Amino acid sequence: MTAQSISSEAMLDLRGVESCYGNIVALKKVDLTVNRGEIVTLIGANGAGKSTLMMTIFGTPRARKGQIIYEGRDIAGLPAHEVARLGIAQSPEGRRIFARMSVYENLLMGAALGDPSSTAGDLERVFAIFPRLKERLTQRGGTLSGGEQQMLAIARALMTRPRLLLLDEPSLGLAPLVVKQIFDVIRDLNRRDGLTVFLVEQNAYHALRLAHRGYVIVNGRITMSGTGAELLARPEIRAAYLEGGH
Amino acid sequence: MPDAAASDAVPSKTQNRFIAALRDAAFVGLITAGLSFPLIALRAEADMNNHLELQQRWSWLVSATIAMAASRFIASIFDRLVARIVGVTGVWLILFAGGTAYYATDTHPGVIAGCVLAGLIAIGLAAALNRSSVDAGRTETRPAEPSRFYRLDTSGGSLAGNLISIAALGCAIAFPLVVLAWLGPQGSLKWINNYGVQILIYVMLGWGLNIVVGLAGLLDLGYVAFYAVGCYAYALLATKFGLSFWLCLPLAGVLAAFWGILLGFPVLRLRGDYLAIVTLAFGEIINIVLTNWVDLTNGDAGIPSIPRITFFGLPFTAADDGFAARFGIEFSPIHRNIFLFYLILALALLTNFVTLRLRRLPIGRAWEALREDEIACRSLGINTTSTKLTAFALGAMFGGFAGAFFAVRQGFVNPNSFTFSESASILAMVVLGGMGSQIGVALAAAVMIGGTELLRELDFLKVLFGAAFDPSQYRMLIFGFGMVAMMIWKPRGLVSTRSPSIFLKQRKAIAGALVKEGHG
Ligand SMILES: Nc1ncnc2c1ncn2[C@@H]1O[C@H](COP(=O)(O)OP(=O)(O)O)[C@@H](O)[C@H]1O
Ligand SMILES: [Mg+2]
Repeated sequence: MTAQSISSEAMLDLRGVESCYGNIVALKKVDLTVNRGEIVTLIGANGAGKSTLMMTIFGTPRARKGQIIYEGRDIAGLPAHEVARLGIAQSPEGRRIFARMSVYENLLMGAALGDPSSTAGDLERVFAIFPRLKERLTQRGGTLSGGEQQMLAIARALMTRPRLLLLDEPSLGLAPLVVKQIFDVIRDLNRRDGLTVFLVEQNAYHALRLAHRGYVIVNGRITMSGTGAELLARPEIRAAYLEGGH
Repeated sequence: MPDAAASDAVPSKTQNRFIAALRDAAFVGLITAGLSFPLIALRAEADMNNHLELQQRWSWLVSATIAMAASRFIASIFDRLVARIVGVTGVWLILFAGGTAYYATDTHPGVIAGCVLAGLIAIGLAAALNRSSVDAGRTETRPAEPSRFYRLDTSGGSLAGNLISIAALGCAIAFPLVVLAWLGPQGSLKWINNYGVQILIYVMLGWGLNIVVGLAGLLDLGYVAFYAVGCYAYALLATKFGLSFWLCLPLAGVLAAFWGILLGFPVLRLRGDYLAIVTLAFGEIINIVLTNWVDLTNGDAGIPSIPRITFFGLPFTAADDGFAARFGIEFSPIHRNIFLFYLILALALLTNFVTLRLRRLPIGRAWEALREDEIACRSLGINTTSTKLTAFALGAMFGGFAGAFFAVRQGFVNPNSFTFSESASILAMVVLGGMGSQIGVALAAAVMIGGTELLRELDFLKVLFGAAFDPSQYRMLIFGFGMVAMMIWKPRGLVSTRSPSIFLKQRKAIAGALVKEGHG
């Protein structure tokens, strides 16, 4: 990984974050840092708490303990829509496309916050990244293929002009070729535009190859961290997440 | 000719436009006169001795010339097709009135006045329609937009859809006048009141609820509560404080919106079934309060003798200062009903207009996005709380308007008009119409209310089934069959296609609906 614009300045810093669903503690004392300009991935098995971590950053569920420092400010406890207004965008698990609205309308929802005069330029930028969406502009979101829906979810998030992009399992249910396309886009966004990315993945191999650094979450606890290459080399990672070989 | 005007400098543009349109009209008028001189003005007819005789019909020629010139004038002064059609319709209505006054001198003056009024309204409407397109054009060509591709077209809907709406609107505007001219003041009362006004009340309620249920996707089973709030607001304000209807109408809307927000706050976290149950309860609470707070509402006995509608101050009575006397026409109770018809039509159109406008603005899109996926909305920075509240408040406000209208029309209200079955009927209209479709909801309201009324007409069936047979007893049965049939053939409602509220100028013909939902 080239690391041209990565600083050691923490953009997002989770300190001892805990969150719960009722009585069930889903995150236990999570410490995690995303530096400006980095791609950081969080890998873990089903139900480990990856999505919970991402949603906690967005305020639902609320962090019961700990701090979520974003650009020097504790955002734990802010409602989701205010978090989004701070320049954090999220492509949630399962894409959550507005199924009955057109691709175009979906993209405009991403632009709902911003200055309308910049919308056209933002659209142009997004179409340059995903030319496929431009072809599908009038099609209803729900009728897109899985890969196109994922592109739309990312594009919609990009329309909010984020400085930090959170992606929850973008590879879920996609064919290997499409996964590669999506990951290439993430890499490009990071390298070219300097976008900071926090990527939640089950597809550990691809995610660790892409990311500068990674964290492993097991049962709501961070158990390992390191650079992507380091983690890939670890035998316990290979055993637990890369079984069946790539 | 219009091109020459368009290329001129901006300040004098409208003036030039006007002159160009006049010139256009004069030209068309000349051609019409020239053509109709041999064709219409002169007519050869055989007299009793079988000799050809030349008849002269100059008034025909003049009429044709005026009609063509006026139509051409309207057509060239408006740019938008919709505005042109509405405007020309208005011109023809006025000409029709003039012609009737000239030729059929025994025609009821009310009909002529009504025609002229409707014509003027149509021309005004056309101007408004045209204005809004000009405004849209102004924002469209802002220099900030870098390329032609991204010009936004928010006109929405297809040309065919627009034409259907225009035709429906034209029919609605002409309806009372046609019925009156056809059946006379006595016979037309039933049609204007029981069918026209009644259907339009429900169209308006359906459109109001459509904002909440169809667009924002919040299942509200207690919508009738807001109708009741508006209704009692007028009834109480008018009887206790003597406030006029025109003052109470906005007040009723504001009060209902206030109650909408009040209900909205506690239920914001709820969705689907839970929301439905709470709103259902709210509807019942309002009903129970109205029944039991006897000091204020007079309970089940209701509020009698609520002041009737006036023509902006002129009462519809036979008195000397009444509407009929002032306008020099013979008094007839039908005047009030015609006025009520146009009033509720205007209120319903206002609801429709506001909804259509908002659908194209970020707030309207946010409602629809909220219906689709709340979590996605929040992650895009949309404040779902305020979005839901505005939907609730706006829907409630239109319910309140309709309620005030109901009170002024009935002259008497009691809580029995605001039962759960009313909420259910209105909801059924929204669902049957196809959630979110304006035309569909109007259609469903017309079918359901009109159908109920029509059942009362089917007396001839007594011949077949015996004197004890009462077709209106079968209303619910037929309604049930209708529901089942809809489930089978049109499970997503009468008008189930949702047209995007916004397009890019260059539309691509991708049949989205035909492509199956895919994963991968
Ligand atoms: N809304 C919820 N209510 C209760 N428990 C939940 C909820 N969402 C997730 N969980 C539980 O929290 C744990 C972590 O889930 P999640 O974060 O979705 O895992 P991952 O994304 O890593 O697959 C799981 O045990 C899951 O059952
Ligand atoms: Mg998950």
